[in-house]
Amino acid sequence: MEPLIHYAPYTGWVYPNETVIEWSIAIVVYPYITGLVAGAFTVSSLYQVFGFQRLKPVAHLALLTSLCFMLFVPLPLLLHLGHPERALENLLTPHWTSAMAMFGYFASFYIVLLMVETWFAFRPHIVEQAQKRSGLLGTAYRLLTLGSYDLSEAALRHDRKWIFWLAIAGIPGAHGLHGYVGFVFGSLKSREWWSSDLMPVVFLFSAIISGVALLIVLYVVSCWLRRIAIDLACLKGLAYTVWAFIMVALVLEGLEFANIVYKGREGVEMIIAYVNGPLLIPYFVLQFGIGAILPLLWLSYMIWRGTTGKALITGVTLSACLVLLSVFMMRWNVVIGGQEISKTGRGLLDYQMQVFGREGLLVAALLLLAPLATLFGLTRFFPPWEDKAA
Amino acid sequence: MKREAISALRARRLFLRKIGLAGAAVATGVVPKVAAKSESAPARKSFPTPGYDWTKHRWAFGVDATKCIGCLRCVEACKRENGVPLTAHHFNTWVERYVYLEGEDKPRIDSQQDPVNIAASGSEGEYRFADRYAGAKVEKAFFVPKLCNQCEHPPCVQVCPVGATYKGADGVVLIDQNYCIGCRYCVQACPYGARWFNEEKGVSQKCYWCYHRITKGLQPACVEACPVGARIFGDRNDPQSPISLFIRNNRVQALKPETGNEPHVYYVGIDKAVL
Repeated sequence: MEPLIHYAPYTGWVYPNETVIEWSIAIVVYPYITGLVAGAFTVSSLYQVFGFQRLKPVAHLALLTSLCFMLFVPLPLLLHLGHPERALENLLTPHWTSAMAMFGYFASFYIVLLMVETWFAFRPHIVEQAQKRSGLLGTAYRLLTLGSYDLSEAALRHDRKWIFWLAIAGIPGAHGLHGYVGFVFGSLKSREWWSSDLMPVVFLFSAIISGVALLIVLYVVSCWLRRIAIDLACLKGLAYTVWAFIMVALVLEGLEFANIVYKGREGVEMIIAYVNGPLLIPYFVLQFGIGAILPLLWLSYMIWRGTTGKALITGVTLSACLVLLSVFMMRWNVVIGGQEISKTGRGLLDYQMQVFGREGLLVAALLLLAPLATLFGLTRFFPPWEDKAA
Repeated sequence: MKREAISALRARRLFLRKIGLAGAAVATGVVPKVAAKSESAPARKSFPTPGYDWTKHRWAFGVDATKCIGCLRCVEACKRENGVPLTAHHFNTWVERYVYLEGEDKPRIDSQQDPVNIAASGSEGEYRFADRYAGAKVEKAFFVPKLCNQCEHPPCVQVCPVGATYKGADGVVLIDQNYCIGCRYCVQACPYGARWFNEEKGVSQKCYWCYHRITKGLQPACVEACPVGARIFGDRNDPQSPISLFIRNNRVQALKPETGNEPHVYYVGIDKAVL
């Protein structure tokens, strides 16, 4: 029988109550997922709002990806709460000074917006299937039409207007949904590692690169599974986007770390000892080194040399995988790292990650895989591929 | 085409009306519940001490670190009075030991979660400081009791997403255990490490100055248990209360004043190393 509580061993001086690390890998996965939601939506909006025509082949896939990950967003939180049955209090009787109270509103607003925008985007397909299919599937599609079978030019123009404005409204929605998490950490006085004005911005830009990277991987994998040629212009568009935003993310993360070291506030020695010790590999090697600088250099090289064809696909996809790793490590280094550095500034704790249990490694892995499985299923009902898109 | 537009408009209006009614129903269901929560704790029928007016008191706590002998009776008394889990990792109050050895600039600090100290008492429910400096040359050593500072501007209250933790008019920061959702944001926000999560109950807890005792005119359990008077408690509205005299007769300080929290636990005799 697993013990209820897992204590963190420590070195140096820590407060007695700190020996229980409260925010686990589930709380690492949560901002990772909302980041993917925000990032995927950004890709979709780059096409819908900013007219990046190159990204048309992935625009609807991005929308579906955002939706699939969004469906699983509340799960890590519900698994973490001591009283998940009281979770709705957050929405119904929020305490307005709390950044965490914003979750309910951003999440509710954004999921509704996503569902409505997805409906508009896939309406022609829904109508077509409603008229064609029979049985349970046919009934499902007919229900989804919400009574409207109008596919005239005027109706489609109306749809496009809705999609456009929803895509615009969705940008602050998605970014608020993810950005508030950065504020949850950055606004605290209790931990030097978290306390930073830059935190929400760092979270947002790393979210964008994770979302774009995810779309790269999903697009390449989906083309491979469907045995169709990859649109290299689209892939290059995604590659340019992730390349640009990696630079911004690196600058911001670098600035944040530089500020901590430069200001040299009380507790900085512990932070420096920590990043040179237990966090050396997760922080400098994985998050910054092979996760960000390596893909940046590789992408820069491919852009400079005008790489194309298979080499481009391999290079961009591998870079995207490294970026996905980097952003996960960033969430890990913030959430777990912050708690491993004692509030005393004089001690370090060692997070004991559980494998089983509500907030264990297995559950975390499932939380990351389930949205992908859902996406796989959903693309059967709402094919986002270019030939079927609105 | 136009007929469809009109019927669509009518359908839309009907739909919105339905949503509006549903929303109103939810609101009328929720508002009375919310209104009840904005009543003060002592005004509620469930409050155990009728007639206690929290606007008439201004509680404060004092710690005289020059007197503490590290016996840890306060820690044991608190745990038994308040049903705090008998582990070495959940404390409403705890005592820290600071030892400066000869030739060392930085003190060696330990407390009740230290495995050596746990071994010294032999149990996680009884507390002792292990005799680990027996052969060493100790230059300076002292004990510092710690507890919730019941801050004037509590960061824990600020971050609670549902308002389960709140500051009473008498200065004590309380937690409604029936409302706390157990997110542990408050535990992260407290700079002093005063809060902890009760895994059995699924809620966050902390020292609340034995509210159930002080509202009846009693002292908190730790103050009562201390054999040397290192802990002082009282009402600042009474200029002759122990705490008022303590603050008036000593140079007092608070922990981490740079945070702007304005703690209401006043320390005498701590050292630059104490955080």
